[in-house]
Amino acid sequence: MGVAAAEGAPPPPPHPRAAWYINVLCTWTLSLLAFTGRIRDLFWTRPKTRKGFAEISDPHQDFYNRRLYGRIHDCWNRPIASAPGAWIDVMEREDIAGSYKSTRKLAFTGRRQRCLNLGSYNYLGFAAADEYCTPRVLSTMEAWGISTCSSRAEGGTTPLHAELEGLVAEFLGTEDAITYGMGFATNSASIPALCGPGTLVLSDALNHTSIVAGVKASGASVKVFRHNNVRHLESLLRFHIAEGQPRTHRPWKKVRLRAWGCMRAARGAAGAGLCEQAGVDPRDVDVLMGTFTKSFGSAGGYVAGSKRLVAYLRRHSPAHLYAASIAPGAAQQIISALKLIRGDDGSGRGAAKVAQLHDNANYFRRKLLEMGLHVLGDWDSPVMPIMVYHIGLLASLSRRLLSRRVAMVVVGFPATPLLLCRCRVCISAAHSREDLDYALDALRDLVAASGIDFANRSGGGLRGLLARLTGRAPPRGWRAPAGGAAALAAELSAPCGGCGEGACGGLGSRRASSDGSSCSGSAVVSGGSSSIADSSSCGASADISRPGSAADSWAALAPSAAKSV
Amino acid sequence: MRRLTRKACLLAALGLCAVAWSKAAEGPLRRALSFSSLATSLRDVDAGKIIQALQEMRLRPIRQAWAEFWDIFGPGGRLHPDWFIEHQGHLFIEGGLMAIILVLFFQSGYRPSKEQEEEPLTEREIDELCREWKPEPLVPDIAEEDQLPEPPVIQEWENSHWVTVAGRRALNLTAADFLGLSNDPSVAAAARATVERYGVGSCGPRGFYGTFDVHLQLEQDLAAFMGEEEAIIYSYDIATVASVIPAFASRADILVMDEGCSYPIQQGAKLSRARVFTFKHNDAGDLAALLGRIEAEEARERKPLCRRMIVVEGVYSNTGEVAPLRRIYELKERYKYRLCVEETLSFGVMGERGRGACEAAGLEPGQVEIICASMSGALGSVGGFCVGHSEVCDHQRLCGQGYCFSASLPPYLATAAIAALRILGTPDGQALARRVRGAAAELRAALAAGPPGLVLAGAADGPAAASPVVHLHLDPSVESRLGPRPAVAAALQRVADILLQRYGVFVALPRYSVLDEVHPRQSIKLVANAALASEGRVEHVASALREAAAEVLGGSDGGSDGGGAA
Repeated sequence: MGVAAAEGAPPPPPHPRAAWYINVLCTWTLSLLAFTGRIRDLFWTRPKTRKGFAEISDPHQDFYNRRLYGRIHDCWNRPIASAPGAWIDVMEREDIAGSYKSTRKLAFTGRRQRCLNLGSYNYLGFAAADEYCTPRVLSTMEAWGISTCSSRAEGGTTPLHAELEGLVAEFLGTEDAITYGMGFATNSASIPALCGPGTLVLSDALNHTSIVAGVKASGASVKVFRHNNVRHLESLLRFHIAEGQPRTHRPWKKVRLRAWGCMRAARGAAGAGLCEQAGVDPRDVDVLMGTFTKSFGSAGGYVAGSKRLVAYLRRHSPAHLYAASIAPGAAQQIISALKLIRGDDGSGRGAAKVAQLHDNANYFRRKLLEMGLHVLGDWDSPVMPIMVYHIGLLASLSRRLLSRRVAMVVVGFPATPLLLCRCRVCISAAHSREDLDYALDALRDLVAASGIDFANRSGGGLRGLLARLTGRAPPRGWRAPAGGAAALAAELSAPCGGCGEGACGGLGSRRASSDGSSCSGSAVVSGGSSSIADSSSCGASADISRPGSAADSWAALAPSAAKSV
Repeated sequence: MRRLTRKACLLAALGLCAVAWSKAAEGPLRRALSFSSLATSLRDVDAGKIIQALQEMRLRPIRQAWAEFWDIFGPGGRLHPDWFIEHQGHLFIEGGLMAIILVLFFQSGYRPSKEQEEEPLTEREIDELCREWKPEPLVPDIAEEDQLPEPPVIQEWENSHWVTVAGRRALNLTAADFLGLSNDPSVAAAARATVERYGVGSCGPRGFYGTFDVHLQLEQDLAAFMGEEEAIIYSYDIATVASVIPAFASRADILVMDEGCSYPIQQGAKLSRARVFTFKHNDAGDLAALLGRIEAEEARERKPLCRRMIVVEGVYSNTGEVAPLRRIYELKERYKYRLCVEETLSFGVMGERGRGACEAAGLEPGQVEIICASMSGALGSVGGFCVGHSEVCDHQRLCGQGYCFSASLPPYLATAAIAALRILGTPDGQALARRVRGAAAELRAALAAGPPGLVLAGAADGPAAASPVVHLHLDPSVESRLGPRPAVAAALQRVADILLQRYGVFVALPRYSVLDEVHPRQSIKLVANAALASEGRVEHVASALREAAAEVLGGSDGGSDGGGAA
């Protein structure tokens, strides 16, 4: 316990919370919209559904879509017409700000805007054409066609698939791996094969929809633990193991932990994902799942684990038996990207990309924190959700950023709770320092205009409200505007080897500290029960537990159950 | 929640009582209700007579006691109700009522007393239980009866119809690229150009800068090809229908499915949590009876109107049979259901314009509300799509889980599909589809008599014979002779091996997951394609099958041989 803390690793940043007045304002806005929406509905009726048929969509959901989402739906689904690299061409659509257009199709103006891409999951910059990968992909397409048009079990297995699975297993340090053609299906189709009725699944509150879908389809019982709260997890685990199944009180057949780890390859020095960074031996995590979309610029997902696990999945996982196999081109893209990261091309470009990503991410995060934004997530993580809280601010932020030629993702209900809207930055190794500064300049102006620098206006209260409404710095007695945030940022980046630029040097020291606790960490993950670390990424859950805290709190679970495999 | 509502009702009722009481104390009602009127009437009627009677009876002490009593309780006395009212006594009553209301409001329901409650487990007991708990292994061992040989690996790929497997160049009857559209140079060129321009992955879901212009183009083209208002594409075939069904059915709704539906549909139904009813496979009569039963049940229980949907496959992937869509359409119109048809194996081949089984059944676009299909079929790409009304597609853009929460289709697969669709729309493409339909019908006719030990699933002639997927099930008698499942699988594997090595025909042996609620019989699967349509190939495949089956499954020798191989 506390190894990391003893060595002076930064404390986990406090989970930011909205000031009360933000919630009040947001609730007020939503109520007003709902009210006017109802009034509008009195005068404007939808086309009638055929007589005798129920409405095809749920009326409440439909109301939300038409009257609330419909006002700001131009902030999503913006089509692009270029590779999702550092800069993208966003296709311009008609402007609906200030007018009311329902969810009608938006007309294209025919113009394109070159925007800085802070939206795509392109961690390592493999999205655009790459001198190493692209020629290989093209020659593979020549040799193997577009698609196998058959499932892996029937006639869709090629040597490429075997090579890919071997590489993934080697890369992750597991015995074997199985790959699927879609990240979502990886979870939704392989989880039912692993759990069934009589299995208790302990799921993080912020787990991805695909996991929820998989668990739902499996018929297992689900208990949700608070996001990244290992103590809550432990108490639940102890309680439910002791209690057994509801009503019958029979012991559970299996208990699964589903932690939603973060992004592949982007973390850890050699890019082997979260486990490496947390200092947990991959072999001690029973099931590793992840996606190829985010780091490798391809599509698909994998499950890695013991030989026995993978053999079972090969025999019974529906996505392996019924779905078309990964397209050869996509498979080759992953293979080449993996080889590049491993350094097979001899140029060291892969390792440079990983280092560049960490550098970019930490630079950007530090600047954001200095601005006083509520940023979730950890150092080194390329995904940075910025809390906005207010849905109205969300839309204006997105539109104004686009007009400043920055394409950033905003996330609102139903992907997040109504009062926890956020925008999301995805940093890529393809971004240059100038790109990042360009984005930061645009953001800085907008932050000043919209007042989302909550860390500067901390405390809420009437003065905070006044400060927000008048747009002035809080009166004396409050923290100085940038001081609070800057202090926090300094505090967080201080242990990073003292290097001015942030956490690049600090990474090493932190890894050392988490390695120190890895023995206890690994005891847990296999001992506690079968845990599934899902490595992929989702903005809402990007704030994964810190290495140190994860390892030492995992350790607390060690005595709780017998080894499962 | 319900308890809170009950409390609120109680509160309201008691509040009303209190208000009524205070009003009554002032108005004309007061006289009817108040104690004073009662007392007045008592005095007027009885008091004099009673006193007189008491005097007459000379009961002095009693009279005196009465007089004293009357001083206190009579009009003007301290305990007379009038005095009580005059001195605002009703406030005490109202206050009391309010106190009761507050007590009722704040009490937290029924709680059993300490004695009744079981003593909670102590920390030590919990530790003990946790130590004792032995979880099952992460995955069970693969049951012996489920063990199957390694699936074949394609060693070389010439085009989607000719591949090299186990060192032998063979006609590929496993790939669902029926028309071989992905072999067309224009498709390959389109895909190549897209990779050069857009890279491989889309790097994001559709909502978050993962929508490419080519996705929109493909959606538009698909809608135009199918004659529908709109189309929506998914990035994976099995995620398509498994996302579409939950978008249109939830807990209170009704799903009616064919019992032979494949796993993605089963998963969709499970995820929707709707009430699921199944009818006998391809039995429209049973469907009619079921719909009648459901209607009667709903009417009897006076359930509110809910969303109702029938889900069928155009061509069943487990058997290759074609659904009686005309009849199902009539039934769904009569009972007011929506219809969802999975067209993966019929899209591009069946119907005059290649729109699938619905067109082949004579249904116009728009008559079937939801049509889903895979793009790894006739389009020779990857992914899936759904076509229908704008309303249907729009709804999925927010509620289709596989659409919202997954990275979008790699752009190069979208352009490949666009190029393939363009060919499919030309007269050449339609002629190709006609040839494949012809080859499928020819193959079915040639296998109608059945190679020894094998039975053709589905119709051998008529319009349903155009189904491009042919399943040959084992004859039940042969199956029982072969014995357990691994022996059956081994025998089929031997047939497949002979077909491959001796005749150069690569066929599929479908495998089914333990999760699949339907347990299809083991079979040999052949997918008709454009290469099969060449002169004499159908006859070659049919005779090869006959000879291979005769060798392995034919006589009792062959049977024991097959069993011995296991």
